[in-house]
Amino acid sequence: MRKVMTGNYASAYGAKAARAQVIAAYPITPQTSIVEKLADFVASGELDAKFIPVESEHSAMAACVSASIGGARTYTATSSHGLTLMHEVLIWASSARQPVVMTNVSRAMAPPWSVWADHMDSVAQRDTGWLQFFCESNQEVLDTIVMAYKVGESRDVMLPAMIIEDAFILSHTSEPVDVPEQDAVDSFLPGFDPDIKLEIGKPMGFGSLVKPDQYMEFRYKAMLAMTRARTRIAEVEREFEEAFGRGYGGLLDEYRCEDADAVLVIAGSAAGTARHVVDELRSRGLRVGMARLRTFRPFPHDEFRALAKRIPGIAVLDRSYTYGASGAFYTEIRGSVGPEEDVAVMKNYIAGLGGRDITPKAIERVFEDILSLKSQSQVPQEPEWIGMKGMEGRMR
Amino acid sequence: MCPTTIPEEEHAHPGNTGCPGCGANLVMRYLLKGLGERTVISIPACCWAVMPGYYPSHCLKVPMVYCAFEATGASISGIRAALDVRGEEDVTVVGFAGDGGTVDIGLQALSGAAERETDAIYVMYDNEAYMNTGIQRSGSTPWGAWTTTTPVGPTKDYKREPKKDIMAIMRAHGVPYAATVSVSHPEDFVKKARKARDISGFRFIHALSPCPPGWRLNPMKTIEVARSAVNTRVFPLYEVEGGRVNITRKVKGRPVAEYLSMQGRFSHLTEEEVAAIQRTVDQAWSVLEREAEACDDRS
Repeated sequence: MRKVMTGNYASAYGAKAARAQVIAAYPITPQTSIVEKLADFVASGELDAKFIPVESEHSAMAACVSASIGGARTYTATSSHGLTLMHEVLIWASSARQPVVMTNVSRAMAPPWSVWADHMDSVAQRDTGWLQFFCESNQEVLDTIVMAYKVGESRDVMLPAMIIEDAFILSHTSEPVDVPEQDAVDSFLPGFDPDIKLEIGKPMGFGSLVKPDQYMEFRYKAMLAMTRARTRIAEVEREFEEAFGRGYGGLLDEYRCEDADAVLVIAGSAAGTARHVVDELRSRGLRVGMARLRTFRPFPHDEFRALAKRIPGIAVLDRSYTYGASGAFYTEIRGSVGPEEDVAVMKNYIAGLGGRDITPKAIERVFEDILSLKSQSQVPQEPEWIGMKGMEGRMR
Repeated sequence: MCPTTIPEEEHAHPGNTGCPGCGANLVMRYLLKGLGERTVISIPACCWAVMPGYYPSHCLKVPMVYCAFEATGASISGIRAALDVRGEEDVTVVGFAGDGGTVDIGLQALSGAAERETDAIYVMYDNEAYMNTGIQRSGSTPWGAWTTTTPVGPTKDYKREPKKDIMAIMRAHGVPYAATVSVSHPEDFVKKARKARDISGFRFIHALSPCPPGWRLNPMKTIEVARSAVNTRVFPLYEVEGGRVNITRKVKGRPVAEYLSMQGRFSHLTEEEVAAIQRTVDQAWSVLEREAEACDDRS
């Protein structure tokens, strides 16, 4: 059934399609309409779930983790300050190996206050052990929630997943979205039935104290699970494509990269703008492409290694920042690429913070810049901040 | 001699890592005797997060879900929801937290769970300081007590603020049942635990839990000091059911000095200070008594 809906409603329809059983959430702009919609679904009986109106995001995640240990499929949604308040419990979720699924409406952090798109909140959760999916469209938001449950609940994965939609650009913009038939989702995604869950008559401690001679093994197992998630994401997406006729390009979604002289790496909604610019520049004879970073965790190391071997110039656009170093995407891509002689020239750009538009013109300028660079020695250590007003945005 | 009403069956294996004379050990023991084994416990950072033993040991005959320090209220809400989804409405969900994890860092989640009327029992075992980290003051540390963060140096910087009244806070939430219990009165304790189990909604149990290292107390005197707390009216045993106050142990009121003098944490107090504590205790008791009498008059 095709409906015109916002990214937030796509999230709510995704959680409903996946038959989330326990939803615990707290309002925050611009996430609120997700949980409002879910509260409606529960109130109307369209979704058979327990809705826990918690008193903070920290409690939202804590309730989800405990409910998941209790054997229920759980969902929550948040944004920016709510996500960072959850930080402690995000690590708890992955360390307890509970496949909670959450939408994060990616929004800037204060001060100064900003409610607009920015990836800082999500990127800052990089090391919490969550699968992180950056989405480009509302359809992708809905579909990825359904797929994320299947990946996260896989016996050999058992990790939580964060679906990231850009504040307002997706969360509050309506697009046509195909809501899959419930029967089709049900046969794609079986009910949550973990091997180990809370059971009367089976007394055990879920998260007890371990000595130093055991702790590292718990962590190593989670690391292996995240590694296995790479394969599992690809498998689940293939199954999804067979069932629903849509796919999203796996971990790294490449667009017109085959013969490109330069490729722009980008994540989230701005990828749509980048596709348009690629087409424009291609029509002018410039061989450019785009690689959309779809999963930040697990990170597509192999895909980037392959890309860097064959593409002369790679521009990496981060919609977040870290003071005193390059952007997180750039740092990770550099870390993926080996010391081979013929690796690409790479440069980091920071753009679109606090909801500033990443315009076609800005992307065009990035392509011009990366195409003009012939060697890494021409690239400064610090990233270039583009579209700055009254300041240059790069250091000399 | 009357037979005891306390079930003989034990729901905790011997051999946990609690200190000698640990009051919290008995709190768990009597609680489970009252609740039985169709019980699930959620536990934040506290002594009891360590006491069941190192993985893979687990000394209790009920499952235990560990949660973040401030998250007990949220955790029991999540467990309750999951069990309800599974159709296991009869299982008793318990949040079991220390005083710091309840009156300080966990107060928000506790308040949220109470306001949402989560169908669960929240037990605060009150050893009156952060004992697991080594005796730091909490909001539940009483006036006049020494702790490592309220040291008694030349400036006599012991705790100068009164103990936070968690029972009043919970009563203000309009919970259907709130009760105080002491390890010195196991029959009263088990009876109240059982009563709490059979009431639905959010129930609260405030358990006095003497801590020999933290109270500078002889570990052989745990029961004695707990009994003294009750008999001196420092820790009255009562319950509040549907707003009605019922004092379950009416005591004549021994001098508080007896209670204080058993514990090294109060050894620096002057006679005047002890007298001031006595006045506070008397005042609190008469307020409680008036509340209980008012309830009797209405019935």
